[in-house]
Amino acid sequence: MTPELLGFLVLSTIKMLVVFGGLLGSVVLVTWMERRQAAFHQDRLGPNRVGPLGLFQPLADGLKNFVKEEVVPYRADKAMFLMAPALMFAPAVLLFAVIPFASPMPVSFDFGWISYDGNLPMVVADIPVGILMILAFSSITVYGIVLAGWASDSKYSFLGGLRSSAQMVSYEVALGLSVVAVLILSGNVTLPEIVAAQQQKLWYVFPLIVGFVLFLVSALAEMNRLPFDLPEAESELVYGYHTEYSGMKFAMFPMGEYIALVTMAALMATLFLGGWDIPFTTWDETEPSILKTLVTLVFFVAKTFFFIFTYIWIRWSLPRFRFDQLMGLGWKVLLPVALGYLMVLAIGIWVLETLGIEQNLLYGGLLFLLNLPFVYLLFWVLDNNRLVTGQHQRKRIEN
Amino acid sequence: MAITVKVVRRPDSDVSYLRASLKGMGLSFKHFLRKKVTMQYPEETSEPEWKISSRWRGTHRMLTDEQGRAKCVACGLCPQICPANCINLVPGEDEEGNRIPLVYEIDEFRCIFCGYCQEVCPEEAIHVGVHFENSEYSRDRFVYDLERLCGQQHPESTLWDPSDPKGE
Repeated sequence: MTPELLGFLVLSTIKMLVVFGGLLGSVVLVTWMERRQAAFHQDRLGPNRVGPLGLFQPLADGLKNFVKEEVVPYRADKAMFLMAPALMFAPAVLLFAVIPFASPMPVSFDFGWISYDGNLPMVVADIPVGILMILAFSSITVYGIVLAGWASDSKYSFLGGLRSSAQMVSYEVALGLSVVAVLILSGNVTLPEIVAAQQQKLWYVFPLIVGFVLFLVSALAEMNRLPFDLPEAESELVYGYHTEYSGMKFAMFPMGEYIALVTMAALMATLFLGGWDIPFTTWDETEPSILKTLVTLVFFVAKTFFFIFTYIWIRWSLPRFRFDQLMGLGWKVLLPVALGYLMVLAIGIWVLETLGIEQNLLYGGLLFLLNLPFVYLLFWVLDNNRLVTGQHQRKRIEN
Repeated sequence: MAITVKVVRRPDSDVSYLRASLKGMGLSFKHFLRKKVTMQYPEETSEPEWKISSRWRGTHRMLTDEQGRAKCVACGLCPQICPANCINLVPGEDEEGNRIPLVYEIDEFRCIFCGYCQEVCPEEAIHVGVHFENSEYSRDRFVYDLERLCGQQHPESTLWDPSDPKGE
């Protein structure tokens, strides 16, 4: 083993540990944030007793979950019952591996037996398939939910698992298609390259505003958050697939969900808000330094938490969908809109490139104009008793 | 002739989901910035706009005369009227021959805080009080004896008056 390889392996291991720790730490923070923000939306204060501002509340909750009795139902399928929380938790953690969270850090040391020299990319695994790996692993989460629902041998859990599988499979299509819009524009599937493309030109949220909205909506469904939290639905399914779970195994499900929330927010920041890019400067793109790594990390975290805030805000504003409304929205609205959008976008980009227009503000402006018909379609044509009620019901009313 | 039903087309603003959602999110954001209504209870026990009603019926107190003796004359009306049967009264006489309660105990666990004892008392001695912080470390501390009842300092309740229902 050469010193360079050993140095690379050691640094990668450190990166993994840092990202894993950071992710778990942010989950702790997000559970606190969700409760406090929910309270603030409801004119309350929320948990503010344990520690400063109530920041230690998640630790108290965690301690409670650790010491609680764990009940395995008598008729449950033991192996699958135990496996389901892990299947929910692990893929959610894995997703973060391909997301770049800061600008490369220059590292240089040589102790003879171990050495590294160069810019260390601030991403755990810079694998060539990039975004495809995220799409693949986020689908595995559905196994955790379905197995949990099936293995519990409880009708509520079973219904929750069924709902979840249908929902996640259908929204994955719209999610993938809205990501394709980004891939067409950037011409690359690895996330560091997508970030680099946005740094040199412009953030994709402007030319791809409809794709952004599609991604936002399908991501909500993908991680089972309100208004699409039908698998849980505490008011009708008594928490759905994790009804029969208790103690730490129960806590794994919400933790997996919160990690998915953090990852989705980070992914949105990366795909549409330029990742760790600092807006209006080129300072962060030139010669890397440790200071630049830290500053870009702060910007990345700020963007991520902006999206987490938005998700929590949506959760505490909108009521839950009915199941047929959910499937109708996914298959009859989001999928056709995403397909049509992709076609129009591809033609638009082809025309712009044939005309030889550089990827600059004019390019972005023209692409933004391309989005306007879809905004019109969504707001004035589709959103007329159809988005939620569904076409068939409208016909029945009119006949 | 067939019955025709006229379907009135409702305006877009009534049937839209997106616009209603955006409006709702705007509203919840307004609430996010608004002043919170939570009272930080153990630290703050009252606020200018929040106080207990003077008709609140809480734990009892016994009023005393100038010499510090209980006003009670042990007439026996309060244990008689008490629907929860929580008052234990043993009447007796002092050296001057006045009727006094030898034992006067109220089990606050059994009490339903109806306020009948205060209403029926001819001497205006026993009262329900405007008070709600009653925690104790043992159950038997909730049987209040005469000494404890006389020692309570909280304001007594002004019961609901049928001739003045709004308390004016």
